[in-house]
Amino acid sequence: MNADEVNTTLDRLAHEILKKNNGRPVVLIGIQRRGVPMARRMAIRMAEKTQREPQIGTLDINLYRDDLTRVASHPVVQKTEVPPDIDDRDVVLVDDVLYTGRTIRAALDALCDFGRMRTIQLAVMIDRGHRELPIEPNFVGKKISTKDNEVVEVKLREIDAEDAIYVMEKI
Amino acid sequence: MLKRKDLLGVQDLGREEILEILDTAESFHEVSTRNIKKVPTLRGKTVINLFFEASTRTRTSFEIAGKRLSADVVNISSSTSSVSKGETLIDTAKTLDAMAADCVVIRHFASGAPHTLAKLTKASIVNGGDGAHEHPTQALLDAYTIRHRKGRLNDLKIAIIGDVAHSRVARSNIHLLTKFGSHVWLCAAPTLMPPGIEKIVCENGELLHISHSMDEAVEGADVVMMLRVQFERMSESFFPSVREYFRYYGLTTVRAERAMPDVIIMHPGPMNRGVEIATEVADGPYSVILDQVSAGVAVRMAVLYLLLGG
Repeated sequence: MNADEVNTTLDRLAHEILKKNNGRPVVLIGIQRRGVPMARRMAIRMAEKTQREPQIGTLDINLYRDDLTRVASHPVVQKTEVPPDIDDRDVVLVDDVLYTGRTIRAALDALCDFGRMRTIQLAVMIDRGHRELPIEPNFVGKKISTKDNEVVEVKLREIDAEDAIYVMEKI
Repeated sequence: MLKRKDLLGVQDLGREEILEILDTAESFHEVSTRNIKKVPTLRGKTVINLFFEASTRTRTSFEIAGKRLSADVVNISSSTSSVSKGETLIDTAKTLDAMAADCVVIRHFASGAPHTLAKLTKASIVNGGDGAHEHPTQALLDAYTIRHRKGRLNDLKIAIIGDVAHSRVARSNIHLLTKFGSHVWLCAAPTLMPPGIEKIVCENGELLHISHSMDEAVEGADVVMMLRVQFERMSESFFPSVREYFRYYGLTTVRAERAMPDVIIMHPGPMNRGVEIATEVADGPYSVILDQVSAGVAVRMAVLYLLLGG
């Protein structure tokens, strides 16, 4: 996917989220790291359409991982900033790639420590299959079929200096 | 990445390791601001606080840090343990190791006690203060507080004033702050300034200054760190009277005015009000003494996470 396609996809995701939520204000929570700029960009698009900027937050899931004792070195813990009045709100989790579903499992646990939301929805740029947990996204940018030995890399200019998506073979 | 089993002192920590701990602590600080102040990160890990000296904030701070990360925390104090029956330190440590503790935080009156244990245990050893040697987590939380207020750790004038002779806090802070290129001014009465203290800094030795005049040390300082007079470690008399000590080495509002207008006043606690610090300074607008306590929890969470997680 090139930069244009990435931006069109974000446009469409933002539009679908608005439509599905019937004008109710949503809170976009980006999962560190690339979910964060995704959520920010989608919020800007939603503000253009509705003249109302949705609240955004960031979530680091490393403290909730189920494989902390198995990964070789501890992952770097980034900032978590969830809006304080999140009870009874409609929350959309935003992440770049949905794969095994374990990140989202951790994110759900993390979110539940902040209160009881009305709904939690999931928006991802790429769904690459191979789920290991019963988790399905509500909004998908693009669904692609991949092999286990492939890596899907979403690049966003805020972090990687370019907008692009690559599917590569693991070396 | 922090790739070590134990945290024994600041002296052998690299700048990158220190920054990693401080950056991680920034992220952990958020957990303490939540309604539900707990994350499951260290579920199933056991942290033992083994304290051979009295402590309120360090022990409680480690306990809260461990509990907020969902570790099981056990407190042992020497008076209620088998130590009072004559068990040696090494036997106590081996016993805790046999119970599969993951981390032992030790405070001991003998310098080097944590280093001895670290060689014998599978558990990670964290130095919670050993004699007059080091107190690494205190220096780290001080650095966290300074960086938070000043935005940097380099090119600052930091005055450390008081009972340097008995202070492990001073030693750990000297190591940390000179590593980052700040000027450290040590100031104490001659009886409370150990001879040869300037030799403890291996590199950047020129950044350490010694003075017996408090006015000189405080002049233009960005940070004034007061040390407690440790009466419990004094078998003889180091100064004629508390009143005379306060007159020469106590921090008053008038003295604090010699420092930079945005000075921060620090104290590792517990304070002797009216001995090393006047009450109106301790409770005044420049005091960050309680910020230090809050930082302590975040820094200790970071240390436990970096040693035990992953």
